[in-house]
Amino acid sequence: MNEQTTAAPGPVVRLIEEFHKLPGVGPKSAQRLTYYLLRMPVAEARALAEAILEVKERIIFCATCQNVTDTNPCRICDGDRRDRSMVCVVEEPMDTLAVERSGSYQGLYHVLHGAISPMDGIGPEELKIEELLARLRGDEVSEVILATNPNLEGEATAMYLTRLLRPLGVKVTRLARGLPMGGDLEYADDVTLTRAMEGRQEVEQ
Amino acid sequence: MAPPRLYKTEAIVLRQRKLGEADRILTLHTPAYGKLDAKAKGVRKTTSRMSGHLQPLNRCMVQLARGRTMEVIAGCETLESFQRLRDDLDRLSRALYVAELADRFLPERMESVATYRLLLETLRRLQSDADQDIVLRYYEMRLLDLSGFRPELARCLGCNQPLQPQQNFFAPAGGGTYCSSCGAGAAGTRTLSLNGLKVLRLLQRASYKETERLSMPPALAQEVERHLRSYIVYMLERDVNAAAFVERLRREQQPLEV
Repeated sequence: MNEQTTAAPGPVVRLIEEFHKLPGVGPKSAQRLTYYLLRMPVAEARALAEAILEVKERIIFCATCQNVTDTNPCRICDGDRRDRSMVCVVEEPMDTLAVERSGSYQGLYHVLHGAISPMDGIGPEELKIEELLARLRGDEVSEVILATNPNLEGEATAMYLTRLLRPLGVKVTRLARGLPMGGDLEYADDVTLTRAMEGRQEVEQ
Repeated sequence: MAPPRLYKTEAIVLRQRKLGEADRILTLHTPAYGKLDAKAKGVRKTTSRMSGHLQPLNRCMVQLARGRTMEVIAGCETLESFQRLRDDLDRLSRALYVAELADRFLPERMESVATYRLLLETLRRLQSDADQDIVLRYYEMRLLDLSGFRPELARCLGCNQPLQPQQNFFAPAGGGTYCSSCGAGAAGTRTLSLNGLKVLRLLQRASYKETERLSMPPALAQEVERHLRSYIVYMLERDVNAAAFVERLRREQQPLEV
């Protein structure tokens, strides 16, 4: 810590250091947050502290889809309106929120908690792939949608999963990759344009 | 020479890591400025104009602005996207291994046209129908050469006599070969068959065109790979992460239980 913070009282320094550990929070932001909390009513500060503890104590991974949840099985896996024949495979819990927000999907999910990244030493064994295979063995799943990110790691993960899933006789699909809404054709790269061209669809009358 | 404030260069993206909300830090290999880190802002948003151009293994023309701690990417355009590497997991895993080695062996910001050309040629060879493993072995040996870790393969490191055409020893820690009498029983040495020695020497001496014609039985290919890998791991003082994935794929490709 720099000299400004060592001049502060011990508990203040401690909180600054704790904030500093969070992603995207630098030393200045950590100080600002800390001094903001100092002026906050005790009730609000307690609510924040309790919210943090509650998240850590109550949130578990759903035994079926591996998503974060406070009930097991989670609300989606347990929901009676969901289409149980489809499983959408995503990298992170936050990705399920994005798909849910779109409202375009009624099936189930499977969260891998990462993507294969050989250069960082993240291989298939670090992901929840065994759990996915176990689900497909007995279950009534007929289609697996690979919704990993359209970047190098996500593509590698999708290709690897395709290899594993194909022998199981389940239909494997991949989210379409192409031009994003609000994008600009002239700025598109070759790979994206190629994929967009491959995945073109007839315009409905 | 310090680069100007805003400059353009060709580059191959070696790796990337996430930064903050939507940014990435890319490690680039450029011919004139060597290996350097550059910040790519906003490339994790779907509307980013740059993200597709800055995927690892892409060769692109980038415009870099000198920043306080690292360069910032101001613009970029793909020159070569190596599509075939991306569509095939076996090729992709090897290409990532190649990129990881470049990242680990190269010092920062040292002009390095030779390793750039080697990297580019190797990625193109991995795209072709050439024997993937020979491409990798040739790359490993050349990269060791260019980065100053050329192993001694002519003489014995113990008695300095030329090696005899027989089984000898290879010792990563010593930096090369030992003859049959000096190497026997010495710590950290492994037997090196005569054919293994010949292949290693060929890789060190010959052009790619000559090594391309090589056809090794599996046991010999494995021996050469094992020696080169142990040498690389010793020189880097760490494992090469991507190698584990290459091996895993190879293992899983072998016919499994019915």
